[in-house]
Amino acid sequence: MSDNDHSHDHDHDHTEPPGELELKVKALESLLVEKGLVDPAALDVLIETYEHKVGPRNGAQVVARAWAQPEFKEWLLRDGAAAIASLGFTGRQGEHLRVVENTTTVHNLVVCTLCSCYPWPVLGLPPVWYKSAPYRSRAVSDPRGVLAEFGTTLDHDTEIRVWDSTSEMRYLVLPQRPQGTQDWTQAQLATLVSRNAMIGVEKAQQPDDGMTA
Amino acid sequence: MSGGHDLGGLSGLGPIAPEPESSEPVFHAEWEKRVFALTMASGSLRRWNLDESRHARERQHPADYLRNSYYENWLAGLETLLVEKELLSVKELATGASQGEVSDSGAVPLQAKDVPQILSRGGPVDMVIEDAPCFTPGDRVRVCSQDPRAHTRAPVYVRGRIGFIKEHHGAHVFADKHARGQREGRHLYSVAFSSSELWTSSENGSAEFKVMVDLWEPYLERA
Repeated sequence: MSDNDHSHDHDHDHTEPPGELELKVKALESLLVEKGLVDPAALDVLIETYEHKVGPRNGAQVVARAWAQPEFKEWLLRDGAAAIASLGFTGRQGEHLRVVENTTTVHNLVVCTLCSCYPWPVLGLPPVWYKSAPYRSRAVSDPRGVLAEFGTTLDHDTEIRVWDSTSEMRYLVLPQRPQGTQDWTQAQLATLVSRNAMIGVEKAQQPDDGMTA
Repeated sequence: MSGGHDLGGLSGLGPIAPEPESSEPVFHAEWEKRVFALTMASGSLRRWNLDESRHARERQHPADYLRNSYYENWLAGLETLLVEKELLSVKELATGASQGEVSDSGAVPLQAKDVPQILSRGGPVDMVIEDAPCFTPGDRVRVCSQDPRAHTRAPVYVRGRIGFIKEHHGAHVFADKHARGQREGRHLYSVAFSSSELWTSSENGSAEFKVMVDLWEPYLERA
């Protein structure tokens, strides 16, 4: 492999794996099925669950409710796991959920520098960039630079708090509610809550960002 | 252990280049879906736990860990565990041909009908232990500087650094021992570090910020 090929490896977006890998995984699956260790139907259900059922729309519902109901917000910040479980979002990688609130003076950002810990029941599986070496390395050393790469700028005196998910605690950011949404329903509010806002790399969308309420 | 996975504070790893949220698929190839599901289904055989799984990925050569895509690292970890836990032989893995039943397996494969319940139940790691916590919020602590040369969740960038206990999470299963198959509870804290304690000013360049890291009591000493 030439040096050029090598450096290319670090930049590619992993969308075109070699056929060799495809074959290797198929062979492993066949072997595990043949040995009675894995049932292919269960694999399909696992994939279907995280591809189509569990995802950031769950988290957006949590945030919208917290924006709309002060008592729910208070519960959410005090006991995130219980408040979120009350909406039916429980389970794997969400056993110990902690919600951190963005305010006019504090901005929170979540990372896992050691692997890819992420609150699955409310956000689904993490995006490629969250699991990538550039994000994991710099979120804790240059958060303002990281935010800038997402087009997010903060006031100079905003306190940034970075949460490194090194245990089984999982962190969800409660973004600030946008101005001009006083009369919005929870369903409308949820449309303003992106996945990236709940990781903390962006703010919630503004009502005039071209979203339809 | 330090290694290719312990990335906090490294430089030179390039831009983040996120895909737009609205168009990013959950998986980027069919094989990624299968590796994800094979890992989850094999994990449900309960021959290893999550920390053993993490450790299996981390034990790769750092150059391999960094060069691999995310699910390639999952695949490497899964293959390591399947062989180490004697569910597959090296020969079977190399040839793809089964050499027969797993001896003394007692392994019950995950069934499709059980998936929703198993996922929603999760695997809580909080424990009740007899020992009282050594620290309370506000205490000044230093993170042990030694590298344990085995699985640990104290990242290199906080080792030897001073922070303040922000919160006590109660006792959780201690990752370092869990990676060796032992389920023991230790008090877990959120520890707050100032950026000036972690990085020289030329590294962060601008305003101060805080980094909160979850650390178990054995990693910490009073400072």
